[in-house]
Amino acid sequence: MRHIISVLLENEAGALSRVSGLFSARGYNIESLTVAPTEDATLSRMTIVTSGSDEVIEQITKQLNKLIDVVKVVDLSDGDHIERELMLVKVRAIGKDREEMKRMADIFRGRIIDVTDRDYTIELTGTGSKLDAFLNAIDRTAIMETVRTGASGIGRGDRVLKV
Amino acid sequence: MQLTGAEIVIRCLQEEGVEHVFGYPGGAVLFIYDELFKQSKVKHILVRHEQGAVHAADGYARSTGKVGVSLVTSGPGVTNAVTGIATAYMDSVPVVIIAGQVPTHAIGQDAFQECDTVGITRPCVKHNFLVKDVRDIASTIKKAFYIAATGRPGPVVVDIPKDITAQKTEFIYPDKVVMRSYNPVVKGHAGQIKKAIQMLMSAKRPMIYAGGGVILGGASAELTKLVKFLGFPCTNTLMGLGGYPATDPQSVGMLGMHGTYEANMAMQHCDVLIAIGARFDDRVIGNPAHFFEQPRKIIHVDIDPSSISKRVRVDIPVVGDVRDVLHEMIRQLQATKDKPDQAALKAWWTQIKAWRGRDCLKYDRSSKVIKPQFVIEKLYEITKGEAFVTSDVGQHQMWAAQFYKFDKPRRWINSGGLGTMGVGLPYAMGVQLAHPKATVACVTGEASIQMCIQELSTCKQYRLPIKIVNLNNRYMGMVRQWQQFFHGNRYAESYMDALPDFVKLAEAYGHVGIHVEKPADVEPALKEAFARKKDLVFLNFVTDQTENVFPMVPGGKGLSEMILV
Repeated sequence: MRHIISVLLENEAGALSRVSGLFSARGYNIESLTVAPTEDATLSRMTIVTSGSDEVIEQITKQLNKLIDVVKVVDLSDGDHIERELMLVKVRAIGKDREEMKRMADIFRGRIIDVTDRDYTIELTGTGSKLDAFLNAIDRTAIMETVRTGASGIGRGDRVLKV
Repeated sequence: MQLTGAEIVIRCLQEEGVEHVFGYPGGAVLFIYDELFKQSKVKHILVRHEQGAVHAADGYARSTGKVGVSLVTSGPGVTNAVTGIATAYMDSVPVVIIAGQVPTHAIGQDAFQECDTVGITRPCVKHNFLVKDVRDIASTIKKAFYIAATGRPGPVVVDIPKDITAQKTEFIYPDKVVMRSYNPVVKGHAGQIKKAIQMLMSAKRPMIYAGGGVILGGASAELTKLVKFLGFPCTNTLMGLGGYPATDPQSVGMLGMHGTYEANMAMQHCDVLIAIGARFDDRVIGNPAHFFEQPRKIIHVDIDPSSISKRVRVDIPVVGDVRDVLHEMIRQLQATKDKPDQAALKAWWTQIKAWRGRDCLKYDRSSKVIKPQFVIEKLYEITKGEAFVTSDVGQHQMWAAQFYKFDKPRRWINSGGLGTMGVGLPYAMGVQLAHPKATVACVTGEASIQMCIQELSTCKQYRLPIKIVNLNNRYMGMVRQWQQFFHGNRYAESYMDALPDFVKLAEAYGHVGIHVEKPADVEPALKEAFARKKDLVFLNFVTDQTENVFPMVPGGKGLSEMILV
């Protein structure tokens, strides 16, 4: 099962390596990991997308909690939540494909953020599967480069992760 | 008043009440050593290799319950210490390791004796710090001691660059530590404890399985009280020996790969199991699938939530300090009118006594060569069961665990989790320094002892009257045993050729050596050795080369599938 786990941790040097080291040492999967400081500069927030049996996920949350730098851990998959990922795609846009590419970006609510006479750079946000769907919808051979941030997640409504 | 970083380090150690620091100097810690030199409260023990420093601090901690302290230099000082740190980590021993680092401006420049200490030690510490500001030294060391000793204990490394130890600041030692990210649970959940009591009362075939957590948590008295109150059988893990008195009739001895027949059979066939400060590791329960062929309910008391339901699904988890939880259990038990089913318990004991009748630890007592088990039995008799016994890793370790009956906690000091050969002698140093008047024996083998043999020199310097009991069978015995059983008698590289003359070796280091070849000489030799109160005596027992440790649960097999003699 896929799980999306949010972690609040001390914004200190080496905190990220403690988390990534834990995952590699214990053989847990990381599908994606994003991290940045929060509005409180002493804290970082991390979103980890992982997969495993219920037993493995239970161990992951326990082991994360055990890290001295970790303040709080929440498995967002336990309740309603929203997740978003940002992707930048550079695509070839010449001739008749130029208009088609613009149309596809519009359909997926993407924005063209850089333009040359030969290519577009499109910014897209959404769930991972929406971004996948966009890549599948356009002409594969037109894709020059992609970069994705990995998912960030937040609980719905009054589900709040705070110290 | 402004103090240098180095002065602050020493002042912190004094504030923590540290009596001994085990270490080895080097470039990056010269300022710290200079400050050590100028004072007399903290005594430095100069080892001969940094591995020995951490093991000695670890042994000191295991035998006292206090935090052990080690001081090493950057680069190779740290990498040499890593085996010691990992050993302490696997057995949850509180140790603080202060490491020198190259100056801050040189970090990352591949400087002389530089290594990424925080990176290298990260997977084998409870936590580690790199101090980059002299104003942080005091609070960091305070945190290090607090983290090492509380919750599930463990080693903490404090890495201090050389320039930081030379800079000055005001010294303020914090009274207490507040960390929003670290608040170990102490009290067990009262509702869970109540449920656990009800489950224990419903048992027909109960079993108490107590591990190293009982010793680390100082809960031996509470465990003993609980076991006595319930009248249930109790088994101890290798790490838990002494947590419940081995000579008590309710003790069924050690369990696991080389546990007793009765302990393993009772473990397999019980219907309610309470695990206390133990972690169901692979050397304890054997094949987990086989373990679960028998249905049983499990209660698990542990301070570390991640130990619960890690290898074995449990029915009633109780997270908390073992002593606190047991105290509450006893209180609730005394308050309840319920009693365990006495008829069922009687039948269960009849079964256990039948298993005990199998006499699984028997060995050939008429042998013309020295049987290693015989040496341990005599060691037990001559020391009246009162010695601190350290061991290395291998067959001798298992025989010591099986044949020396530990009635008190913190008397049996060995590397259970990491299984580090070479710990025995430095452990004995730490124990002897912590308990100068006590009898300390190091049970070892000719392979293990050579892994930290250089520490014989440290023993001479500090006049440590350790008794080394070397069970010399000219083989890496446990490796040979596995090769005999599972690799068609092909003894690949397990023969110890070109051994030194251990008597001369001991003498070369300024100690006493005794060579023993005949069974009849075992007792007199041990008596002579232990009568020499001021000398380190190296007893070299030439033992049976082909003796094996029984019972044995082969790897991948179930607990009740033991190979017996």
